[in-house]
Amino acid sequence: MADTTPEALQGVVIVAPISTSWLELLARRSEAVVIPFGAFIVGMAIFSLFLLFLGKSPIDLVNLMVKGGFGNWFSIQNSLQRAAPLLLTALCVALPARLGLVVIGGEGAVVLGGVAAAAAAVPLLGAPYVVVIGAMAIAGMAAGGLWIGIVGALRHYRAVNETISSLLMAYIAIALMNHFVEGPLRDPASLNKPSTYPIGKDYMIGNIPGMDVHWGLVAGIVACIVSWVLIEKTAFGFAARIAGGNVRAAQIQGLAVGKLIVGFTALAGAFAGLAGMIEVGAVQGSANASLAAGYGYTGILVAFLARHNPLAIIPVAILLGGIDASGGLIQRRMDLPDATVLVLQGLLFIVILFSETLYGRFKLFNPDLWLRNRQ
Amino acid sequence: MMDKFMLSRRQLLKSSVAGAALGLGASALPFGQAFAQTPITVGFIYVGPKDDYGYNQAHAEGAAVIKKLPGVTVVEEENVPETVDVQKTMESMINLDGASLLFPTSFGYFDPHMLAVAAKYPKVQFRHCGGLWNKDKNPMNTGSYFGYIGMGQYLNGVAAGHATKSKKLGFVAAKPIPQVLLNINSFLLGAQSVDPSITVQVIFTGEWSLAVKEAEATNALVDQGADVITCHVDSPKVVVQTAAGRGAFVCGYHANQSALAPDKYLTGAEWNWGKVYTDFVNDTIADKPLGNFVRGGLPDGFVKMSPLGPGVPEAGKKQFEATLAQINKGGFAIIKGPMKDNTGKVVVPDGKTFPEDAIDLESMNYLLAGVVGSTS
Repeated sequence: MADTTPEALQGVVIVAPISTSWLELLARRSEAVVIPFGAFIVGMAIFSLFLLFLGKSPIDLVNLMVKGGFGNWFSIQNSLQRAAPLLLTALCVALPARLGLVVIGGEGAVVLGGVAAAAAAVPLLGAPYVVVIGAMAIAGMAAGGLWIGIVGALRHYRAVNETISSLLMAYIAIALMNHFVEGPLRDPASLNKPSTYPIGKDYMIGNIPGMDVHWGLVAGIVACIVSWVLIEKTAFGFAARIAGGNVRAAQIQGLAVGKLIVGFTALAGAFAGLAGMIEVGAVQGSANASLAAGYGYTGILVAFLARHNPLAIIPVAILLGGIDASGGLIQRRMDLPDATVLVLQGLLFIVILFSETLYGRFKLFNPDLWLRNRQ
Repeated sequence: MMDKFMLSRRQLLKSSVAGAALGLGASALPFGQAFAQTPITVGFIYVGPKDDYGYNQAHAEGAAVIKKLPGVTVVEEENVPETVDVQKTMESMINLDGASLLFPTSFGYFDPHMLAVAAKYPKVQFRHCGGLWNKDKNPMNTGSYFGYIGMGQYLNGVAAGHATKSKKLGFVAAKPIPQVLLNINSFLLGAQSVDPSITVQVIFTGEWSLAVKEAEATNALVDQGADVITCHVDSPKVVVQTAAGRGAFVCGYHANQSALAPDKYLTGAEWNWGKVYTDFVNDTIADKPLGNFVRGGLPDGFVKMSPLGPGVPEAGKKQFEATLAQINKGGFAIIKGPMKDNTGKVVVPDGKTFPEDAIDLESMNYLLAGVVGSTS
């Protein structure tokens, strides 16, 4: 818990820059872009070696990734659509991470959020659209918030490791979902695929006008921006970053660390719950076992690649959405197994985690060093 | 892998290709008359790995049959979840690969995913595995196909009934849904046709694919004395290997798992999707309307049995062959009243008989007397 995360410290530096010269500012800021980008290139290079051993062309792979992920309007929409749930599930990891907590059980909040949203919608069918959607969103966020909030509370009040508890609670959540979907909430007409009663076409969340991407993308981007403002621009966020840097110091300062932890984990869970609600409202139309599609787990990858910066989550989620979207094309055209894309994602993840150790090691990004040399 | 019917069909196709090639050589035209059929691209989508020794492999084996047809390009994608992912995969196959016939094979792909994409692409044909298509609700460019595999589990039961010494059989099942319950009951009835004192113990794992629980369930069944195990999960691989490792016999499901346990594998109920896909593709090439609601069982070649293994005694082979012949004649029914479930309630009244295509069987919600286990 008392781990000093480098980004938390670095965040403090960015908020209070020592110098205001634009060149120095550029140098300081570009470190956070150049290092992950360089790591991405290194990861791709390692993966290319991998492909060469298999006798496949890395150039084909890159071409297909560009084509399948971003090459045309269809591919772009495909990537954006896949990124939408990842934005929210990544926040479920990134927000607690600012407090020094590694929460990896967002999947549980997603499925429970979906079930709660479907359960809230069914008795209200017939009511105005806004009421139903509002109730679904509130129910989904409340369920997800409660679930991950429990993880935070267990961490603070009972000293239960949040990584383990959140992961185990994800399994409990999936079991609960199966219980509700196959038991009390089951639509008897869903014979061979147990589901809740459908919310009906009239209450589905539609697409963004002019695009084949549902409103979940907008919700995700707004959530990322709100989270960034919360962390970087409010006293609450500042307090959280202090607690994330050093719990003792935060407590000595009189910060209510317990409230911060429970509040942040609950908010994080609420975002993942919202992802589940959107999955029901915009895609599935009812809650069923398809909710456990792994969005919660991919969100971990997105959050770590974005170094837990809510704004960086947006491009990273879209990038991963693109890799995911091109995965099918890579399978079909290069005759590679589905696991290829997982291997690539894993490699990128590891290389970018390693690249964390490079921060502060390059003179280029540290104006203090080269300015001193010049004098 | 192929039955006789398939072979003859392929032979026929081969000869027609040869004929076409000859005609082409003779006329020296780039596009001979025989090649007037437009090439088509067919897309297959699987929810799991296509070498899973189970549900997905059965479909991939069907796709492999199509691949050999002239003028047919097959595109495949595995491990596609039942989310917006499958919608985008379908669209990607249509937009980027030019697919005009799609087979999304997982049950959960139908509603809302396949229906949503089918509405967007009215010129593309979609056929879904699972039998959910409804004439009044669903568009004509969609449809479903399914096989009656309950009889296959009945035959599994016959083989198991002859192989068992403890008179206790085990069944590892995913979820207590009608299809699975029918398979469990059929397996029991097949075994009881050999010896009415045989019981089947069932364990539900709750998930279609959950290797750890499947192994635990198999071990638990063997621990309780079951000496023949079968299952209904997406990939029977773990069940087959675990059971055989413990010395129990196994009956397969979905695909042929005999390679995993050559000595212990009795037989198995397999899908024969190659036949179904060949029919769909041939109709497409011939520009005939595709069936929207296609079903069949053992007599129709939709389902087949794995060759009998060394564990089936001579008497078992005889009864197995005789029962198979009877089923292939048609009209063979195993759900016949009076029948009680395992709580003592009459579920099939006296005088009622349900053949394998009876609609009543599709909402089965009971386990027959002789099955140890409960649906909830």
